[in-house]
Amino acid sequence: MTQMTQPPPAPGRVRIVLAEVARGRPTSTEFAEQSPVGDALLRGLVRTQLAHALRFTAIVLVGLGGLPLLFALVPSAANARPLGIVLPWLLLGVASFPFLYGVGALFVRLAERTEQEFTDLIERPEQ
Amino acid sequence: MVNPYALPAVLAVTAVTVVIGAYGLRLARSTSDLLVASRTVSPRWNAAAISGEYLSAASFLGVAGLVLKEGVDMLWYPVGFAAGYLALLLFVAAPLRRSGAFTLPDFCELRLGSTRMRKLSAVFVIFIGWLYLVPQFQGAGLTLQTVMGWPYYVGSLLVAAVVTGNVALGGMRSITFVQAFQYWLKLTALAVPVIFLLLHWQAQGRPEVTPPTGNTFLATTTVHFDAPAVLTVTTPTTVTVAPSSTPRLLQPGKHTFAAGSDVTFPAGATVPQVSGTPDATGWLHPGTVPGGLFATYSLIFATFLGTMGLPHVLVRFYTNPDGAAARRTTLVVLGLVGLFYLFPTLYGVLGRVYAPALMLTGDTDAVVLVLPGLALGHGLAGQLLGALVAAGGFAAFLSSSSGLLTSVAGVFSTDVLGRGSVVDFRRGALIGGLVPFILSLTVAALDVSMVVGLAFAVAASSFCPLLVLGIWWRGLTDVGAMAGILVGGGGAAVAVLLTFLGYTGDGLLATLLHYPGAWTVPLAFTVMVGVSLATRRRVPSTVGLTMLRLHAPEALRPRAL
Repeated sequence: MTQMTQPPPAPGRVRIVLAEVARGRPTSTEFAEQSPVGDALLRGLVRTQLAHALRFTAIVLVGLGGLPLLFALVPSAANARPLGIVLPWLLLGVASFPFLYGVGALFVRLAERTEQEFTDLIERPEQ
Repeated sequence: MVNPYALPAVLAVTAVTVVIGAYGLRLARSTSDLLVASRTVSPRWNAAAISGEYLSAASFLGVAGLVLKEGVDMLWYPVGFAAGYLALLLFVAAPLRRSGAFTLPDFCELRLGSTRMRKLSAVFVIFIGWLYLVPQFQGAGLTLQTVMGWPYYVGSLLVAAVVTGNVALGGMRSITFVQAFQYWLKLTALAVPVIFLLLHWQAQGRPEVTPPTGNTFLATTTVHFDAPAVLTVTTPTTVTVAPSSTPRLLQPGKHTFAAGSDVTFPAGATVPQVSGTPDATGWLHPGTVPGGLFATYSLIFATFLGTMGLPHVLVRFYTNPDGAAARRTTLVVLGLVGLFYLFPTLYGVLGRVYAPALMLTGDTDAVVLVLPGLALGHGLAGQLLGALVAAGGFAAFLSSSSGLLTSVAGVFSTDVLGRGSVVDFRRGALIGGLVPFILSLTVAALDVSMVVGLAFAVAASSFCPLLVLGIWWRGLTDVGAMAGILVGGGGAAVAVLLTFLGYTGDGLLATLLHYPGAWTVPLAFTVMVGVSLATRRRVPSTVGLTMLRLHAPEALRPRAL
């Protein structure tokens, strides 16, 4: 408990010079040991991944979460019958599932690419 | 009429579950084996097992039942049940796997360094687990009652006993195989009969689902009312009310029948409407659910955000080899679960044509079970398909309750009974199975999906904010997390208990209690953030290291993690 009552270390501002990183400073060690540079890199990664997640959430909030409001405000949308099926049935009963999967698939690709680029950046000093 | 193939099919599924469980038993040696299958489960097995575990009585029976009863607004249940995995994928899957925690209480301790928080989360795991186990046992009772005519408690007892024994003896390694198998069984058990049902419907010239003059009984139908019912008759209908055999003409208007009445409608009679259910237009178009938009959005909040807080779902993620695999597994689950949810809706829709009597009695949860027999007749095809859905239903009850009980027993063994020995785990499984079995016999027979929806609401208001803030925000403190869970999760739990105890008011208060998600989830987030900011000094000094552990790709992780 004593350890928890201490204030957390002040984050402070850290300049990261990519050229310096690339020139061979042992970044992966710094990263693992939570040096100011490593910590700043980690904060950047977390911020990027969170931004992706929030962006995809916004897509679903509009695409699916907006439907009850749309049906309430635009009765013609709730009564339309494309393919002979009432539109809300078609959207919720069928279309929503491939939509969710598609959003998920895009997110997985983006998240993996972000991590790959981050790993490459950190491990480059070997050259 | 008793289906002669149903019992062998149900027993076969149960036997396969036990046999595969016994096969796994030989492999289960340590507690780590029991809890997370030692993280050696391959992603394909894992995704099928997660889906198999997730698709419970609520998905297999409840969704179709609610669609039959209430119409299009109820489609938010399957959409939300699937979308929950997207939320899990976006915010939780990879970091949670990288955290290396076994259970939700483990995560609390790891992130917040607080034993009190660990205990509180254990209480919520057990509460949510029990809440979710009750409808599984309910569904089993309903199934054997429907297909065999047996007393309700027999099915509940069978599933409770098999699952408790299996979990206590085999743990999760065995149920990984069982549940992967059960996903495919459940999918087959809904998809194959529905093809026959659609072909039959097509061959009959596609009878309208909502004819302008109302649905009609296709055959002479006797309806048994367990509770008093008020029926609105639109066209004059001649019925007989047992024990009298003299026909009685019902003029258009409202008619009340006492509890216990048996009313026989002739073939071709228009199906009357029961008070409290939507008419054909209301069924077909959105916005008629009691509670209106607020209820719909509550449902969306609860289901989209509740999945990540379900204890049996989370424990599965620890069986992935790394964070990237956890993400891919979640995506496969999203696909498998979405594929499954295409089918229950069709049962609900066709139920209006072939099983209108269920709309009168309110026993709509049985629609999946009775539809093959009612539509295709009681010949061989109808009976075999009826047996197949009964078997699929049992697969649903067995697999979901196995996963739930494993989590509940795990938490009991590590946080309530002792320090997580195998003996503690087995004792935990016994207690964990007994309580919901008793509850399933005594609690009022609410709709299966409704009960599950309430479990989602509690999870969304407690563990969802804890996970999302704990993973993405360094500022979360133990005091903030506890305050948020107590206020948001506690609020949802009180609402659920009042609904369980049969509180039926009307007006704003009833809507808030029956559909808690839309107020308890934002409340939990707000309290958690607010109190954390006020107790900023309690942010663990190790939070930077924890963040590294949660978010660093495996290639960059320090060896010590």
